[in-house]
Amino acid sequence: MSFNNLDQLYRQVIMDHYKNPRNKGAIEDGSVTVDMNNPTCGDRIHLTMKVEDGIVTDAKFDGEGCSISMASASMMTQAIKGKDMDHAMKLSHVFSEMMLGNDYPDDVDLDDIEALQGVAKFPARIKCATLSWKAMEKGLQDEQ
Amino acid sequence: MNAAELRKYFPILDQEVNGHPLVYLDSAATSQKPVQVIEAVNEYYQKHNSNVHRGVHTLGNRATDLYEGARDKVRSFINAASMKEIVFLRGTTTALNLVAQSYGGANVQEGDEIVITYMEHHSNIIPWQQLAKQKGAVLKYIPLQPDGTISIEDVRETVTSKTKIVSVMMVSNVLGTINPIEDITKIAHENGAVMVVDGAQAAPHLAIDVQKLDCDFFAFSGHKMCGPTGIGVLYGKQALLEKMEPVEFGGEMIDFVGLYESTWKELPWKFEGGTPIIAGAVGLGAAIDFLNEIGLDAIEQHEHKLAAYALEKLSAIEGFSIYGPPNGSDRAGVITFNLDDVHPHDVATVLDAEGIAVRAGHHCAQPLMKWLDVSATARASFYVYNTEEDIDRLAASLLKTKEYFSDVF
Repeated sequence: MSFNNLDQLYRQVIMDHYKNPRNKGAIEDGSVTVDMNNPTCGDRIHLTMKVEDGIVTDAKFDGEGCSISMASASMMTQAIKGKDMDHAMKLSHVFSEMMLGNDYPDDVDLDDIEALQGVAKFPARIKCATLSWKAMEKGLQDEQ
Repeated sequence: MNAAELRKYFPILDQEVNGHPLVYLDSAATSQKPVQVIEAVNEYYQKHNSNVHRGVHTLGNRATDLYEGARDKVRSFINAASMKEIVFLRGTTTALNLVAQSYGGANVQEGDEIVITYMEHHSNIIPWQQLAKQKGAVLKYIPLQPDGTISIEDVRETVTSKTKIVSVMMVSNVLGTINPIEDITKIAHENGAVMVVDGAQAAPHLAIDVQKLDCDFFAFSGHKMCGPTGIGVLYGKQALLEKMEPVEFGGEMIDFVGLYESTWKELPWKFEGGTPIIAGAVGLGAAIDFLNEIGLDAIEQHEHKLAAYALEKLSAIEGFSIYGPPNGSDRAGVITFNLDDVHPHDVATVLDAEGIAVRAGHHCAQPLMKWLDVSATARASFYVYNTEEDIDRLAASLLKTKEYFSDVF
């Protein structure tokens, strides 16, 4: 079964993150905790991060939502772990440009996240993809 | 009635979405508009537009006649005793807020109770939450039965002599349940409370007789019943409305204005501050003519048949779960469902790729979603222009959705 245009959205790597989420759960002694929801659809995320000397040493998420929102959260935590806060914020900026369908700087390694590019073509789903990133931004802004 | 025949009045339905003929199954969110309504609004702006209740000039009189003529159509549509009982507002939300702030503000005291149900739409929850907070009153919920209905015993147990307001939706926008408003009203009245009805999902689909229901207030929206957005109605019993204070003050609603004191116009205009929603009311009047032409009983039967057909057809899909009263019960044309583990947003996205519009999410009923123990659901809702072929298309695409997601997993 295939829907050609949908295959741009539901890429294999997204489905893999949805089915086998990385960093699922909560950090008990996480220094940063953010709860965020998407009031129009009911998606919600509970994000915990550990920040030490400006480095995000750990990040975990819990929540409920569609394949896009949960896969995006999984990829986001994977991408920021071990990175400094500035880098995490830069990733978030690049991601948001990607969602808007804009050109984005190619000097950052996006890895799996690149698979979410297709979401930009589905305006109704952009909010699903950006929820966890907004939570991360908020948490790190409060920390800064 | 012949839905396939009626479709010709809805130009919007005649289009392709993502390469497929559009199947619109989101009428509980907002209905489509027939050409009769579009043309009535158009004609009003092209030929009669003017402000109402003030002009000596001809256009002003025409606009006033059209606006008040629409009010009379609404009066007769819900069988209210008088046009004084029909207040034009922005929609159901505004109407329920008016009752909460004006009637509730004057009549609810600390320790009093306000009673609603677990199935309410946010618009019939939050105005009462706010009122309860302002007054130190208690907000109580009538529980639901496992099949998504309300038992009269539970109503009797929840409503007490301390209850001042009971507010219940007539038809659930999620479950399709049709609530026994007449019986609930009796219990409210026996306890000295007023009965408020959220009729947003009822007025488009069932014949409404407010005198027979004997409710004190009835609120509904034009856009869910073939009318324009931005127009809605609050019906209230005259004796109650007479005693109530307006919640919006300004032009149009006043009688005499002094430097420090003013007086209000008589009913219903004291509740219609500012230039009213004239074109909206004219459009709503045209929508009522359109619905009356088909006949509300015929509409109800048509939707009942579609819901039964859909329940049978969709239940046959493995992994398909439906929320709300089972097939065979008195049920409106709303089917809320989930498909296996596929998230409803993903279901809605795949259906959209097939040209089928359904709603996904919490349907503005978060407490109900909690009661159902789901974070979100998908919903297909029907109206006069939907046919069995639409449901066949839905069923076929849901099967494809299932296959697609079992492939990618």
